[in-house]
Amino acid sequence: MKTSFRRLAAGMVMGLAAASAAPAAHAESVLRVAMTAGDIPDVTGQPDQGFEGYRFVGYSLYDALINWDLTRSDREATLKPGLATKWSIDPADNKRWIFELRQGIKFHDGCPFNADTVVWNVKRLTDNTVPQFVAKQFAAMRTRTVNIAGVEKIDDGKVAIIMKEPDSLFYIQMSFWMMVSNCQFEKAGNDNGKYALMPSGTGPYKFDKFVPRERLELVRNADYWDKPRIPKHDRLVLIPMPEATTRAAALLAGQVDLVEAPSPDTVPRLKQSGMTVLTNAYPHNWAYQLNFVDGPFKDKRVRQAANYALNRADMKEMLGGFMIEGYATVPPNSAWFGKPVKYEYDPKKAAALLKQAGCYPCEVTFAISTSGSGQMQPLPMNELVKAQLEEAGFKVKLEVMDWNALLDVTFKGREKFPQYHAVNVSRATQDPFSGIFRFAMKSQNAPAGGNWGWYYNAEIEDLIKKIYTTFDEVARDKMIVKVHEIMNDDAAMIWVAHDVNPRALSPKLKGFVQAQSWFQDLTPIVVEDKTN
Amino acid sequence: MWLYVARRILYAVPIALGVTAFCFALVYLAPGNPLQLLLPPDASAEVIDLIKKTYGFDKPIPVQYAIWLGRALTGDLGVSIATNRPVTGEVLGALSNTVILSVAAVILAFSLAFTLGLLAAWFNGRWVDRLVTGFSIVGVSVPNYWLGMVLIIVFAVNMNWLPATGMGSKGSESFRLTDWEQLRHAILPVVTMSMIPLGIIMRTTRSAVSEVLNHDFVQTLRAKGLGEFAVLRHAVRNALPAVLAVMGLQFGYLMGGSILIETIFTWPGTGFLLNKAILTRDIPVLQGTILVLALIFVATNLVVDLIQTAVDPRIKRA
Repeated sequence: MKTSFRRLAAGMVMGLAAASAAPAAHAESVLRVAMTAGDIPDVTGQPDQGFEGYRFVGYSLYDALINWDLTRSDREATLKPGLATKWSIDPADNKRWIFELRQGIKFHDGCPFNADTVVWNVKRLTDNTVPQFVAKQFAAMRTRTVNIAGVEKIDDGKVAIIMKEPDSLFYIQMSFWMMVSNCQFEKAGNDNGKYALMPSGTGPYKFDKFVPRERLELVRNADYWDKPRIPKHDRLVLIPMPEATTRAAALLAGQVDLVEAPSPDTVPRLKQSGMTVLTNAYPHNWAYQLNFVDGPFKDKRVRQAANYALNRADMKEMLGGFMIEGYATVPPNSAWFGKPVKYEYDPKKAAALLKQAGCYPCEVTFAISTSGSGQMQPLPMNELVKAQLEEAGFKVKLEVMDWNALLDVTFKGREKFPQYHAVNVSRATQDPFSGIFRFAMKSQNAPAGGNWGWYYNAEIEDLIKKIYTTFDEVARDKMIVKVHEIMNDDAAMIWVAHDVNPRALSPKLKGFVQAQSWFQDLTPIVVEDKTN
Repeated sequence: MWLYVARRILYAVPIALGVTAFCFALVYLAPGNPLQLLLPPDASAEVIDLIKKTYGFDKPIPVQYAIWLGRALTGDLGVSIATNRPVTGEVLGALSNTVILSVAAVILAFSLAFTLGLLAAWFNGRWVDRLVTGFSIVGVSVPNYWLGMVLIIVFAVNMNWLPATGMGSKGSESFRLTDWEQLRHAILPVVTMSMIPLGIIMRTTRSAVSEVLNHDFVQTLRAKGLGEFAVLRHAVRNALPAVLAVMGLQFGYLMGGSILIETIFTWPGTGFLLNKAILTRDIPVLQGTILVLALIFVATNLVVDLIQTAVDPRIKRA
């Protein structure tokens, strides 16, 4: 005890000496965030680690031509001008998207942002002959870039991106495209590994340092062009902490200030200790994609029966209220929701439908995971779904696998895995292609794309074709709503839940607004100095 | 003696080779694919081929193994798929963090376990023995990840005495053995980690020593008028090889780091690295880490064998 006290005292003296040696009198305000990821997301442009990477690293270091407006919590997040001030389709050619660029922007390294930079960036992810090409980054963006035929500088402030096929929704993809400093990349000898130690974008935070698997430290960019978004704290520290209980404990012990996705059972304790627990709707879908070729879900009545058999209110109760009942692909706050058929809990109707379909008891096998990005609490949730379906006359076998193995099943599709009648993979739904169309288009039949069970509806095919060539947003959105409604009428999935993305904040933090989005803006957070 | 040492070292070579082949093959048996985390869900065949080629997965597995082994012999374990960083650096960095935990846990567990085990053997059947035996059963049976969580709740969350996670206020960078403020981060994980070896070694010491104490020669020693302390010394010397063997195994296990404990405490060691590599199917990291850990295990056993021989000449003759 005595020695430990002596050591403590020595440490304090040393600490004081170090503090008095430092010239800055102003104490740095630091925001420490515990992420669910197991490692620091890629900092070299297109992040990995799913949308968590975009949320914390992508939109912190970088800007896209189009950014997300994350200032409001009361409506779904929308797009807003980023490094481009305007975008439109060329009136003379419906395959040319024209972007007008913001003037006077500089990268963190001082290099100017202009049309040449955009051309350089587009080539970086589309053309494997240029020196800035990086295979991993190319692969990560491939779904979003596959329709690009080329890029053209019109003048210093304008570029055109040329499509292979007309694509009225293409501009949305540009909101996922981080603009990297060409000067900095060249300074790193066009070596992505070296660039990872000195990344440079135009975003609200600058890179300071990182320790692999432990922490990424970013500092405020006081010269950020979007003045209201200059961070209200000096430093942002991102810490990977994959274990939910650990995140909650770290917050309670004062080691971090904001945690992602605390597990529902820790929430009462967090609240009791004065933490703020926030939730909000966001474009997320926890559902089952069904096999339309092999097994009982070929029959629409069986698909409807499964949807009628679910008591989603029970599921919500099990999750401590942390979900929105899922009856359709996009959540009800979405602009594309429309008026889908609502399959409300009716086990009798479900049983009757199964009997009509001649599948009673109806044996089905689901492929599910133990964990994974956006999967919420897959094991108890799937157990409850199984119990509810069996009440109505199904006989459900759950094939449990780890996340990577489930992704393998999902990518390869029903053809390789005919033994599964459904896969439980959560999806982000913030753009119509990745949220809705790819689960319904024939061209997306797995393994080519996201249509795992080869769902097909001729009317949807026609509508999607029209959508891609309709550049009037109102008319286009009406058709997207229609596609969404038809999928519901077809009972194309078994819909269960939409996540509400809980996060917990220390009472020291002020000013955070939880947007209805996968992405969040941390810049307005003020860290009140409450040294204890 | 030297012949024995040479023979033992020679035996370790095929074992190590077998280990490399096994750990290379093992990761291919698991379902899932390392490229999935790099590729968008609807990647085309052309993109998949490009990435396969970039990472060398387009060649047949035996060829991949040969290339990998050749590089591994020069100390190059390849590059992580997820992060593009050299695996050797990743593993060594993580290993140095795990060593801090495991060596501290080893010292704590071995010294405490040996002392308590000896006491239990000496007071065989008395309350000290019962107490120690009970404690060792708890140590072996309580799942250590559960214990870790309980310790966090009690000492970090409720009492606020010790930090809940991490390796230092700024991670492994700021960790210093000489800085109490940083060293505090290691206390809970070390205590948690030492529980299982503590229980096992305590029991082994107790049974080995008390067995020796029942031998005829002990009676002879006493009959010759030797003091109790001297008798105990003889008993310990005779019981030591069995205890050392168990200690060696436990040291090997601890060096592997504990996936559960390191994940719970966010300790950036080999267990944490393995967990991440398994989830992302980062094959080069997985193979590299398993290889290094397996080699350490082989080396530890070798060293323990040699120490045992030095302590107990009978082994060499066997």
